Amino acid sequence: MARSNAVTTETFNYGVVRQFAIMTVVWGVVGMLVGVILAAQLLWPELNFDTPWLTYGRIRPLHTNAVIFAFGGSALFAASYYVVQRTCQARLFGGLLIPFTFWGWQIVIVGAAITLPLGITTSKEYAELEWPIDILITLVWVAYAIVFFGTIVKRKSKHIYVANWFFGSYILTIAILHIVNNIEMPATLWKSYSAYAGVQDAMVQWWYGHNAVGFFLTTSFLGMMYYFIPKQANRPIYSYRLSIVHFWALAFTYMWAGPHHLLYTSLPDWTQSLGMVFSLILLAPSWGGMINGIMTLSGAWYKLRTDPILKFMVVSLSFYGMSTFEGSMMSIRTVNALSHYTDWTIGHVHSGALGWVAMITFGMLYYLIPRLWGRDNMYSTKLIEVHFWIATIGVVLYIASMWIAGVMQGLMWRATEADGSLTYSFVESVKASVPFYAIRLMGGTLYLCGMLVMAYNVYKTVVGETAVNPEIPKDLVKSLPAAAVVTA
Amino acid sequence: MLEILYLLLPLSLAVIALVGGMLWWAVFSGQYDDPDAASQSILLDDDRTVSNISFKRK
Repeated sequence: MARSNAVTTETFNYGVVRQFAIMTVVWGVVGMLVGVILAAQLLWPELNFDTPWLTYGRIRPLHTNAVIFAFGGSALFAASYYVVQRTCQARLFGGLLIPFTFWGWQIVIVGAAITLPLGITTSKEYAELEWPIDILITLVWVAYAIVFFGTIVKRKSKHIYVANWFFGSYILTIAILHIVNNIEMPATLWKSYSAYAGVQDAMVQWWYGHNAVGFFLTTSFLGMMYYFIPKQANRPIYSYRLSIVHFWALAFTYMWAGPHHLLYTSLPDWTQSLGMVFSLILLAPSWGGMINGIMTLSGAWYKLRTDPILKFMVVSLSFYGMSTFEGSMMSIRTVNALSHYTDWTIGHVHSGALGWVAMITFGMLYYLIPRLWGRDNMYSTKLIEVHFWIATIGVVLYIASMWIAGVMQGLMWRATEADGSLTYSFVESVKASVPFYAIRLMGGTLYLCGMLVMAYNVYKTVVGETAVNPEIPKDLVKSLPAAAVVTA
Repeated sequence: MLEILYLLLPLSLAVIALVGGMLWWAVFSGQYDDPDAASQSILLDDDRTVSNISFKRK
């Protein structure tokens, strides 16, 4: 094992991490800008300028695709490629497949940005892209799996760190979900018909849809959490045993929460109940994970006073706890009877997306970007602090306004007179929502401003710096405890 | 009857079987023998790239 004077030095592949990290910021700005335009259209419908390409129905899927798959997806590629290399002490496996995952994914996103405004859509929520793009996604995803699992296989440390399990399960599950939900018969180049129809289609769509939320936006970002929070706090995770239980509990129970999107529909009753029960069960592992992340700082809470990166990470976990509790409650039939089809759902989604997913991503990027360009810190820690407060106030305005609007809409729609007639017409509930739409627009605009502050900070950090690709430390594996080392 | 369940239920059971197999492997191949060392291991890896001592260390 004594090869201290080996001639060849292997380096980590930071190049692809850098590409994805920068594109995360770019797509974050684009996706959130489209979101702000949509929020403004709800107040001033004239903002579509009578152009079909800018109508709400067409750019709404553009917004969801841009923030979930472009912003969130790029962040996950960057984080998983970085974490798998550092924890396995091995360079990424896969040769040309690695740049293919980057360029392929960017082509998917540009394809979405062109086809969706043109009105080309399968009309399946979060799976709107037509079949040629679906095929490209499949190819990129298979390449991603080969790169990721190949790196795990060639690892130098015996133990597979818990974050990699979260990333691995997300890669595997998204592959299955994407393929099963998008089985379709092409009619022309940009038109296809789903293999499923009616309630069968609804069931497979929400089996896909909720698991996409579960694995694309939760499990994977938990992997991010389990690496970057301990690293930034410079403390081990509160309980590694709990993290193991957290992972396996999620892996065994997540798959059947989907039917809670279809309560009170023509789905069989027992399937609806199954979805509700599994959604309630999910609360336990979700909160276990949240507590595990937050308690990592126990005994070191003072770090939160001076470190805005940790603030982002800890607040993201608070939102994770809040939105998973809210989600489980909303899956209960009686609560769902009030909340479904109202803006409460929009508030819930954004509590998860802005509060949890985006904030843990910001923390991850602020940790990662200086390291990718050989710097100690970001250009300005003050600006991270500014970003943190703008973003937090933005989220609170957004979700609080949508909660109030949602409950109000639910109550107005169900209100009846003594003779059984409806108290309010639908348009009255729309009119009553207008002030809350204005507050939501304010919250969203603040959040976008925070994102722009980040883009500026990243630009100033990166410009003029040389990209670094550090050597893989040779002696680290030797310094690890015996149980964690491969005995070769 | 919801025919799609003839696809989704077997698929989910197959996934559960796969997850169970992975858990079996992880437990019996010794992945979880020393969780304290595992949680410390990422902190031993110094990933700072300024004054990076991880590859200058003798």
